[in-house]
Amino acid sequence: MSHSLVTMSYIIASILFILSLSGLSKQETARRGNYYGMLGMAIAIAATAFSASVTSYTTLIVALAIGGAIGARAALKVEMTQMPELVAIMHSLVGMAAVLVGYANFMDSTIVLHGVERTIHEIEIYIGILIGAVTFSGSVIAFCKLSEKISGKPLLLPGRHWFNLLLLIAAVVLGGVFLQQTENGLGIVPLAIMTGIALVFGVHMVMAIGGADMPVVVSMLNSYSGWAAAATGFMLSNDLLIVTGALVGSSGAILSYIMCRAMNRNFISVIAGGFGTAAGGEAAVIEGEVQPIDADETASLLLEAKNIMIIPGYGMAVAQAQHTVNEITKLLKEKGKKVGFGIHPVAGRMPGHMNVLLAEAKVPYDIVYEMDEINEDWAHVDVSIVIGANDIVNPSALDDPNSPIAGMPVLECWKGGTTIVLKRSMASGYAGVGNPLFVLENTRMLFGDANATMQAVLKALKG
Amino acid sequence: MKIGIPKEIHPGEKRVATTPEAAEQIIKLGFSVLVETGAGLGANISDEAYKEAGADIVDNAKTLWEQSDIVIKVRAPERHPELTTDESDLLREGGKLISFIWPAQNPELMEKLASKQATVLAMDSVPRMSRAQKLDALSSMANIAGYRAIVEAAQHFGRFFTGQITAAGKIPPAKVLVIGAGVAGLAAIGAAKGMGAIVRAFDTRPEVKEQIESMDAEFLMLDFKEEGSGTGGYAKTMSKEFIEAEMALFARQAMEVDIIVTTALIPGKPAPKLITQGMVKSMKPGSVIVDLAAEQGGNCELTEKDQVVVRHDVTIIGYTNLPSRLANQSSQLYSTNIRHLLTELSPEKNGEINVNMDDEVIRGATVIKEGKITWPPPPPKLSAAPTPQTEAPAYALQEPPKAQPLKHLLPLIVGGLLLFATGAVAPETFMTHFTVFVLACFIGYQVIWNVSPSLHTPLMSVTNAISGIIVIGALVQVSSPDSIISILAGLAILIASINIAGGFLVTRRMLEMFRK
Repeated sequence: MSHSLVTMSYIIASILFILSLSGLSKQETARRGNYYGMLGMAIAIAATAFSASVTSYTTLIVALAIGGAIGARAALKVEMTQMPELVAIMHSLVGMAAVLVGYANFMDSTIVLHGVERTIHEIEIYIGILIGAVTFSGSVIAFCKLSEKISGKPLLLPGRHWFNLLLLIAAVVLGGVFLQQTENGLGIVPLAIMTGIALVFGVHMVMAIGGADMPVVVSMLNSYSGWAAAATGFMLSNDLLIVTGALVGSSGAILSYIMCRAMNRNFISVIAGGFGTAAGGEAAVIEGEVQPIDADETASLLLEAKNIMIIPGYGMAVAQAQHTVNEITKLLKEKGKKVGFGIHPVAGRMPGHMNVLLAEAKVPYDIVYEMDEINEDWAHVDVSIVIGANDIVNPSALDDPNSPIAGMPVLECWKGGTTIVLKRSMASGYAGVGNPLFVLENTRMLFGDANATMQAVLKALKG
Repeated sequence: MKIGIPKEIHPGEKRVATTPEAAEQIIKLGFSVLVETGAGLGANISDEAYKEAGADIVDNAKTLWEQSDIVIKVRAPERHPELTTDESDLLREGGKLISFIWPAQNPELMEKLASKQATVLAMDSVPRMSRAQKLDALSSMANIAGYRAIVEAAQHFGRFFTGQITAAGKIPPAKVLVIGAGVAGLAAIGAAKGMGAIVRAFDTRPEVKEQIESMDAEFLMLDFKEEGSGTGGYAKTMSKEFIEAEMALFARQAMEVDIIVTTALIPGKPAPKLITQGMVKSMKPGSVIVDLAAEQGGNCELTEKDQVVVRHDVTIIGYTNLPSRLANQSSQLYSTNIRHLLTELSPEKNGEINVNMDDEVIRGATVIKEGKITWPPPPPKLSAAPTPQTEAPAYALQEPPKAQPLKHLLPLIVGGLLLFATGAVAPETFMTHFTVFVLACFIGYQVIWNVSPSLHTPLMSVTNAISGIIVIGALVQVSSPDSIISILAGLAILIASINIAGGFLVTRRMLEMFRK
């Protein structure tokens, strides 16, 4: 294939990727968007593979086949509750690939450049590897945190901001050294040291971020993986990589911004880590008695109610309760109740996590509402059921200016009739904040494993 | 201790201070209960029901008052028509009395009870705090009064409340105006709304707007700024200008609405006159006014206490004792309030009461302690309403945020300078790539903003797959003669293709699950 044809294919692929992302914006066009993405990818790979620069097809086909098989297997096996982990590990793969491509490019002696172009090319390699390495190690830590291989609690080293700054300065200084040393052909040493520093930086950055901030981290790493691809594009002077990387990068950045806004948190403070460190004064201590309820009483409350709202949280994912919840929803709808789901933007461990779980359980998406759609309507809700959620239904976010989550928009379920909270115990949420909702007069606590209690409620509803 | 429940003697009073259900609970607290025969008849409760609950029936009022350590009533003591003596004289020396007292309106009664060395708890003086809600008899009675006001109005109103379109023609819904959205007002709103009327409500306290709207009624806004919340969640007297604006609003509404329910009361003062004769005249013939403030002189000029009168073709209902017209319900709620009060008074559940003046609720309710008048109590520490602002409101002090051009422009300037600096040294090839990069960022920005939150996870996995495009970078290197490069590139291909296949397939799997 001639160079122009390859370029033309790249343009087509870029357009298809843009169409793919815009297709993903609505349920109706989402599937089509996904196919556009596949098509774009197929065209891009085919055009590159048949271009003049590729000759060793054996390696290429073997690698593609093995990788594709692993990926396909992972995609088909993964549980929907494990989506955040899968997404995180895939981010790390992009980072890894970017590092590998960067090194390969650095070692490639066939590229001959001079003067400024040479310097720029070296800077591109340096930055590409840097971003790739940070993405890789950060995503691996995010994966471990999400799959609970390591604790979700933030690891707050003393002077961690100074540590980060130190790493950054070291990376910049090494960059200078790298540019000098490459002249003598010794660039590999500073490059390798920098890679090590970037890996440490990625680990440290994600370690310092708490479990509740995970949606931000996941979308942020998504963004990084895009920038890594874009940097590789600069390195290889490949516009398709630049365009795609920029698309993914800005997509992830916007998602992180949306997540931060949903938690009323500053992006910088999330990345810097340490939840609640900025809050001044003592948060109010929660006093009062909780009023427990059992499954039978819950069932009778539900039968009396007309308008029911279900608020799922991470606890529903952990207990795999989404199918039982759907059964209950179906039963209640048959009895003529109005049932809806209220989804907080940061419910779960990644953006849109709850929607995917509910979709898996075959809950129709038109009864699943966003927070902004329903937060005005709580007065009309007779019973709301909070399943394994805590911080996203915490009234002190609104009332208590000293609360660590002050100002975060929350689902104001306490403004409705009765709120039933399903919880394993009285432990506080990821933010480590007490929740006055639990002791409100119109709140009832239903203790136990979410799935087991929902099963009991379902049985009571049938009986 | 013995608790005595006498029969209410006020003409037309059908309530009773304790129902059998409550008596049973009170006995569980360790008290014994005496009930005057026939005390519950007005509320459809027989003596037998009391007996079954474990209470003793006493033949006449005199014995009952003599034998009881604590007498619990609904109405304040007054002259007994049969015994030709005052109930307060019947109370034994040093006895205890729990009932409505209205100490501000009844100074002589207070003196008399004090001279008996009595201890008196007034149900009307229970402080308005969240902890005291369960013994707030004023609220529970007001709730009933509000409901009953609508029932009375419906009886005298010649039309449906709800709008209908029938074969015989269209019926417009009734329009109801509720003035004063306290407990009674809100109950009236709820009842009228339940019957299908269009309900509007007005209150001087702006914080009740939300409550009114939560009942699906329309809150009438007054184009006038004045805070009408007094302490303790009650309203206060408003300025002259405010009242004028308010009256103009009522005059406009009077011409439009079919039913007006007024509940405007200011504690310890005669009820404000809100509906003038002129307004009554301007109302449509057949309209109804229910004046819940009739006891304190009425909100309407033409109200006659305890009477239903028709003036200018408008029925004006001035019943003062609406809760008594729903005697069974009121007795139930009142006795529950009483039971909660007794529970507070007898924390040990041993049948003895302890008038603990350190307890804010009991302190508030106690108007006479062992012959000493303790009314009025010190002001409650907590108010349901925000504390009144003594200074100018804070927002007036804040200047409008200044436009800070520097703050907004600085990043732009810095960014611009950086771009220029890059442009000055960078070769042309870099700049073309850079152009592509910046434009692509903007496209991404535009495209992603519209993504529905429910699709965030699929979006993320598809971008994941797409960022596997890095495979292209590896593809162009894989054929390098240098075997290290070739191996590195091969590895990169392998890794990136995991991403591509995994990302697209898992997205497909997820999207298949989303269904309507």
